[in-house]
Amino acid sequence: MKESIFEILNNTEIADNVYRLDLKGDVSEIVRPGQFINIALEGFFLRRPISVSNVYRGGFDNAGPESGQGVVTVLYKVAGKGTEYLSGLKDGMLNVLTGLGNGFDISKAGSRPLLIGGGIGSAPMHMLAAELIKKGAAPTAVLGFRGSREVILEAELNKLGVRTVIATMDGSKGIKGTAADALKGIDHTYFYACGPMPMLNSIRKVLEGDGEYSFEERMGCGFGACVGCSMETKNGVKRVCKDGPVFSGKEIIWKD
Amino acid sequence: MERLKTTLCGIELDNPVIAASGTFGYGYEFAELYDINILGSFSFKGTTKDPRYGNPTPRIAECASGMINSVGLQNPGVDKVIEEELPKLKKCFHKPVMANISGFSAEEYEYVAERLNAEDQIGWFEVNISCPNVHGGGMGFGTDPHMAAEVTKRVRKVTNKPVIMKLTPNVTDITEIAKACEAEGADGISLINTIMAMRIDLRTGRPVLRNGTGGLSGPAVFPVALRMVWQTAKAVSIPIVGLGGISSAEDVIEMMMAGASAVEVGACNLTEPFICKRIIEELPEKLDKYGIKNIRDIIGSAL
Repeated sequence: MKESIFEILNNTEIADNVYRLDLKGDVSEIVRPGQFINIALEGFFLRRPISVSNVYRGGFDNAGPESGQGVVTVLYKVAGKGTEYLSGLKDGMLNVLTGLGNGFDISKAGSRPLLIGGGIGSAPMHMLAAELIKKGAAPTAVLGFRGSREVILEAELNKLGVRTVIATMDGSKGIKGTAADALKGIDHTYFYACGPMPMLNSIRKVLEGDGEYSFEERMGCGFGACVGCSMETKNGVKRVCKDGPVFSGKEIIWKD
Repeated sequence: MERLKTTLCGIELDNPVIAASGTFGYGYEFAELYDINILGSFSFKGTTKDPRYGNPTPRIAECASGMINSVGLQNPGVDKVIEEELPKLKKCFHKPVMANISGFSAEEYEYVAERLNAEDQIGWFEVNISCPNVHGGGMGFGTDPHMAAEVTKRVRKVTNKPVIMKLTPNVTDITEIAKACEAEGADGISLINTIMAMRIDLRTGRPVLRNGTGGLSGPAVFPVALRMVWQTAKAVSIPIVGLGGISSAEDVIEMMMAGASAVEVGACNLTEPFICKRIIEELPEKLDKYGIKNIRDIIGSAL
């Protein structure tokens, strides 16, 4: 974990109530897809934990990737006063903790991993897909949203050459239905999922084989100190922020 | 640095800054960030006889200048703390540590203190009779002077280490509880634990915390904590550890002027993980600013 100051390069609405925030600064601790950053906001006591969507290393003032400098992109949904305040910041500096959370384990992907995102939970799939492609895998992405106005990352994933299936509840784009409906029958070697709890709970009933799930919980610190975000697993009590947010499907205790 | 030194129940501290229980784990998370040996000390996560999961989530809520938690004493239990946590703590921290203990009966407090008493690194016991997030224990002992006295007596009996009773602000008269603890041989008092509080989610109409209520901490509580330390310092003659919302070197000075011999920094560790280090580094400059030679000279100046 590192605390550093980032410069806001861009903060714009890219879908209904969803913003893309690009931050320039020290990205050296962001090493795995599925990790998150924790942003301090003026006037709010707790930081806002937001998962990393993508990272770009190097490139400023002739600095290479070895400089540790780069740009981290996060996507966030305005869900309360903190994110509403954040959405209004168009420039300036932010105090950010980086390198939080364990992230996805890409070594387990196999040749045809399946990436499943629900709503804003699709955000980490961008970096995940890029990393998987870099190691020679051919990922498929299934992203579920309520309607077409909420769809994110379709263009970015297509650009990477990822076969991307979009599902919307109202049928306004792609397949009509949920991510769980859309992923049936897609052949895969391993899966990675991120989204709200009801969505994770529905996809796990139709998914075959092994995979990982990324969870959300209200956090105090984001680095394991306050144990505010605990979760019971088959391997004992875990902290979503520090031992997760990604957990193997094998260790999760599902509640129906 | 000589001018930052203070003494707590006969043990000298390099500086008055102690990281508060429940915000600092068993030290090693923070040892990844900075050398935690710069601290005066820290109080480790509240430890009970049996392992505890704590309350259901969500157990964190936010408010202006503070947070509300309903963690509920999650910890692996005293046996695992001795076997697994303390060896890890020893590797990263080499000073006397404060052992924060809790229980659901006076016997449990005694049991946990007795089990931990043999651990050389423990400098003080901080006896939590003030957790607002557990039923049938914790704060129940800190709101009744007779029960507070009983727990003090039990712990006192099984250890020669200094016993510091950690009090709850959720009482009518905190000095009455403090005096009851002092009468049974407490060596010190730490205060305040969190203030009972809650938030309601306007969209659902339901409490944000699954537990309904929780404990408020952070800068919002600082003036309340200061007032209670000041009142308690006038009522007892044993040393006081002041805590509640401390977020700066100036807060440390103010808390010591109210009568605290040392302070604890709690909630701010969670939002500014380097806060204790920053406070310690800023203290000399602030002492200069206010014309203070040695920090121990100001203890209780406002009394």
